[in-house]
Amino acid sequence: MKSKVLVITSGKGGVGKTTTTANLGTALAMLDKSVVMVDTDIGLRNLDVVLGLENRIVFDIVDVVNGSCKLRQALIKDKRIESLFLLPAAQTKDKNAVTPHQMKNLTNELRKEFDFILVDCPAGIEQGFRNAIAGADSAIVVATPEISSVRDADRIIGLLEAAGLYDTRLIVNRLRSRMVKNGDMLDVDDIIDILSINLLGVVPEDESIVISTNRGEPAVMETSSKAGAAYKKIARRLNGEEVPLFTLEDERILDKFRRLLKIAR
Amino acid sequence: MFDILYKIFGRDNSSSKNIARERLRLVLIHDRATISPEVLLLLKEDLIKVIREYLEIDEEALLVNLENDNDSVALVANIPIKGLRRAVNE
Ligand SMILES: Nc1ncnc2c1ncn2[C@@H]1O[C@H](COP(=O)(O)OP(=O)(O)OP(=O)(O)O)[C@@H](O)[C@H]1O
Ligand SMILES: [Mg+2]
Repeated sequence: MKSKVLVITSGKGGVGKTTTTANLGTALAMLDKSVVMVDTDIGLRNLDVVLGLENRIVFDIVDVVNGSCKLRQALIKDKRIESLFLLPAAQTKDKNAVTPHQMKNLTNELRKEFDFILVDCPAGIEQGFRNAIAGADSAIVVATPEISSVRDADRIIGLLEAAGLYDTRLIVNRLRSRMVKNGDMLDVDDIIDILSINLLGVVPEDESIVISTNRGEPAVMETSSKAGAAYKKIARRLNGEEVPLFTLEDERILDKFRRLLKIAR
Repeated sequence: MFDILYKIFGRDNSSSKNIARERLRLVLIHDRATISPEVLLLLKEDLIKVIREYLEIDEEALLVNLENDNDSVALVANIPIKGLRRAVNE
């Protein structure tokens, strides 16, 4: 299998890039793929704590690109899953300590060892973003169903295209089906329509994300987590399987009602 | 009765979701065209200046907008003319 470098990005901060990276990485590794997650959020390292690996860090991405250590030395092996690794961001170094060229070399190096290389991008559209996308084959954009997040996603999709990344797919995160039903939240169709982009998956708003982050165990490891189940589906899709998109059973019934009402009017 | 059902089933056009969708559409048209409403206003003023040399136009009713038609965005101007100026040959 040819390895894939996927960058997880969003523009707007705090919409779930790190959560998505951790869960998709873990889920892909649970499908017996070899996976490395690269944290490029230099200065705001977070992927390590979401994964519960914060106590194992010795070297980081800046050490690797500087040649202060070997790539192998900086890779942290997950404690639960055999084929899962993390390359942590530097916490104290300068944001510009890595260049796009170095990132490209790094991801090419990682391609030799891994099926999937997931790059967790920092928020914003500056240097950190440029670095994160430099070695990527394609991008996954995460957005929440809010105007500001979708607007920033649109901008990011444009910037990705300008950088030659055309196969961008969207994950809608933190969807609250009750609010959508009540007409108080943008629904997935609205967002897809406005952004004209392919949908990769939908992740519901779910308290289990908070709980699993507290524990340092991604939600995909918790069998009862709804968000975890959604991420597992997305992982299978990334792995080339055909998995039907998330459709709420009651959404369908609702659609029928709407059609009936239209006729009645 | 239907009104209530429509509200319940989210078909009401004033639902916050529909407001969000329309606002988002508009803001993205401007973002994508990299032109802000203020710049559009300046453009409109300049347009008036130029056209006034040739035609008598209803400046109050002049509309200049970006419109989204499927995948393309167009600058659409609606310029009501009050009367053609009589050509003056000297
Ligand atoms: N589906 C979800 N349900 C509930 N909470 C969520 C969900 N997804 C993310 N969160 C919460 O939202 C917060 C931000 O998530 P996360 O750190 O993954 O975002 P980010 O995009 O990586 O942020 P940053 O831009 O700062 O890097 C976290 O507290 C996380 O637990
Ligand atoms: Mg993050």
